[in-house]
Amino acid sequence: MSERASPVTQPEEQHHPDEQHDEHESTADDADEHDSDATTEPTPTPVTTGAESVVRALENAGVEYAFGVQGGAIMPVYDALYDSEIYHVTMAHEQGAAHAADAYGIVSGEPGICLATSGPGATNLVTGIADADMDSDPLVALTGQVATDFVGNDAFQETDTVGVTTPVTKDNTFSSEPDRVGSDVSEAFALAREGRPGPTLVDLPKDVTNAETDREPDDPRVPDTYEVQERADPEIVTAAAERIENADRPAMLLGGGVIKGEATDVCREFAIEHEIPVITTMPAIGAFPEDHELAMEMAGMHGTGYANMAITHCDTLIAVGTRFDDRLTGGIETFAPDAEVIHVDIDPAEISKNIHADYPLVGDADTVVSQLAEAVDSSPKATKWRAQCQQWKSDYSMAYDAPKDEPVRPEFVVEALDEATSDHAVVTTGVGQHQMWACQYWTYTEPRTWVSSHGLGAMGYGLPSAIGARFAADDDQEVVCIDGDGSFLMTLQELSVAVRENLDITVVVLNNEYIGMVRQWQDAFFEGRHSASDYGWMPEFDKLAEAFGAQGYRIDDYDDVADTITEAIAYDGPSVIDAHIDPQANVYPMVPSGGDNGQFALTEDQL
Amino acid sequence: MSPKRGLEGPPPEERPTPAGRRNEQGIRIDPEVEATHEPRRTVISALVEHEPGVLAEASGLFSRRQFNIESLTVGPTTDEDRARITMVVEEPDPGIDQIKKQLRKLVPVISVRELAPDAMRRELALVKVDAERPDQVAAVADMYGAKTVDSSPETATFEVTGARQKIDAAIETFSQFGIREISRTGTTALARGTAETAGPGSATEVSSAETANQAQTYTQTQTDD
Repeated sequence: MSERASPVTQPEEQHHPDEQHDEHESTADDADEHDSDATTEPTPTPVTTGAESVVRALENAGVEYAFGVQGGAIMPVYDALYDSEIYHVTMAHEQGAAHAADAYGIVSGEPGICLATSGPGATNLVTGIADADMDSDPLVALTGQVATDFVGNDAFQETDTVGVTTPVTKDNTFSSEPDRVGSDVSEAFALAREGRPGPTLVDLPKDVTNAETDREPDDPRVPDTYEVQERADPEIVTAAAERIENADRPAMLLGGGVIKGEATDVCREFAIEHEIPVITTMPAIGAFPEDHELAMEMAGMHGTGYANMAITHCDTLIAVGTRFDDRLTGGIETFAPDAEVIHVDIDPAEISKNIHADYPLVGDADTVVSQLAEAVDSSPKATKWRAQCQQWKSDYSMAYDAPKDEPVRPEFVVEALDEATSDHAVVTTGVGQHQMWACQYWTYTEPRTWVSSHGLGAMGYGLPSAIGARFAADDDQEVVCIDGDGSFLMTLQELSVAVRENLDITVVVLNNEYIGMVRQWQDAFFEGRHSASDYGWMPEFDKLAEAFGAQGYRIDDYDDVADTITEAIAYDGPSVIDAHIDPQANVYPMVPSGGDNGQFALTEDQL
Repeated sequence: MSPKRGLEGPPPEERPTPAGRRNEQGIRIDPEVEATHEPRRTVISALVEHEPGVLAEASGLFSRRQFNIESLTVGPTTDEDRARITMVVEEPDPGIDQIKKQLRKLVPVISVRELAPDAMRRELALVKVDAERPDQVAAVADMYGAKTVDSSPETATFEVTGARQKIDAAIETFSQFGIREISRTGTTALARGTAETAGPGSATEVSSAETANQAQTYTQTQTDD
């Protein structure tokens, strides 16, 4: 259908990093700029149907890829897509389409697009949409719908998609006018990326997309009622700056908003200039280089001991773009209990939602941290505190034993993968123990290289997100999916897509034949009763991969690790490593649900 | 357990612990200014785009986020593209703050305001009572300024308007005759004088709402009757 090759074989990079910096200022004017190359091309043919108007809206917004699955009610849109330059990736399942589009959005900074038909197509998208909603990922979902005459009659493949997705979208629309349908899609695109990003959905009844119209879609623009505050109140900025200057134990807490708001550089500069230890939340992994001495890495339930000590004992917490999720805070009463909180967020509703903000700074992360940087005249005198943080880094080192005659430790596999890939390799994961090891033992240094299901915790996210990430990443960025056996089993049908599209991705299944995180909790809190968590048997994932036409590998002991990984990474196409790890390995440190971050357990008997 | 199921380092009991604490609303507990917010009843007015699904979106928000809502009314405004949602909520201050901010986040919501305690609040109730003692029933109706809407040999139905407390009182008094059915509209409200309720030009109160989280003493809002 399209003459465009898949990205692995494309000589040109799909995205230039510079393009991503203006995502927040981007307006309709910028959308024109994206198309500036296209001015030499022939003028596009006028639209004749609602469906063509939908596709034109995507083209005008600069969309290059879409992920989806065909079906009855969405057929008119797919028919219009047939003539478009937009490269459509047919996924095996709609959940895969939503996750792939979500990951595309994380890595590129531009909204990912997913399509599905009505009824089951739309409901299958819901997990991916909910994931994007929890993680504020820019995503546009286009769903087919039965013809408007049939809506409400329980027609074949009818679901109230707008009703089902209202709680998990930033905004959604039932598009009922052929003359409006393209503009509805433009607006959904603009809303997905502006302000705090999130998923939007446009429900497209078949008669509307089939209908004749010559209306070109409006430029992508948010509705007038949608207001975003860019700059924070200067008075509060001044007060916060004063607090930072006088802090004895300052710490920065970077959240996912730092990456989404393109505030990585300004946050790094600020922390380094004022020598403030930096803690990250899970979505912010990569916002601060983990090999820097100020890096305390991730805090929270499975955060590092030193991050949890720093966040518990700081007296000034500069929190940027975080919503203080319960997996980060643990029990509210013991969360940074001595700290005055400076909270920067673009969404006013996050201010004082979970943790009271002493200095509420509503605005764009990049803008507000720049305001703060300008207002802070002298660095806090915190020599003792910094030394204390370094001491914690050595007291609570993440080192582990790996006796060569024992089963392979998962941490070792993660470190070997990190070793075998470049600094800007993209890591995607499923959800569970493997995800935590991927957080803890890979040293991230760049934003948009960590792709995971944070808030929703959707198992099965890893493989489809690796596919989406592959389309957004540069050619020289490796894409590695660190998965668990349970997570991989949920969406492994998407291997067919990776093979069909010849995508250069490496899936490493940390296989312990358990739903490992549940097993760990059962050992700790349910007297070791392994109810429905002990598979005791798993398919041979390397052979399964080969049946799909991917390259399969297997790791059983330490001697296999380095060579297998090198070979799999070097393979130009999809490969799967079935890494049989120590089935008893657990994730530590651990703060039990609602616990005190400073009292993290290092071993099971400390829980 | 073998050490491979854990990490090395000082155990929890050997670690220093900070002296401070936060309350359940995430506010640092300052021994000198104890800030515990008690629920209070207030009226929030929102101007919204008059389009399908807005009411569902707003009410879905309340149930999803467990906001305690007492009544919710919706009706058109002078601008046919706009509707006004008026709700009475009972929450501690941080909750009220969240309601306002979360409502404002809904794309079809144009503006959100919490009304001042002296705002005009009115509710309408239809009260159907047994009409066995018509004179006494009429006297009670008169006392509350209730209008007769319908009467039959067995029943009389009155329309009572006023603040919630007045309607509560009227219903209480009517109950001596035997109430067959009642229907209440829920509170609708407007700001007094030149103050704007929630207009197209009025921003949400977010900036001032931030300060609402600071320790303050609030009194139960009074009705205006």
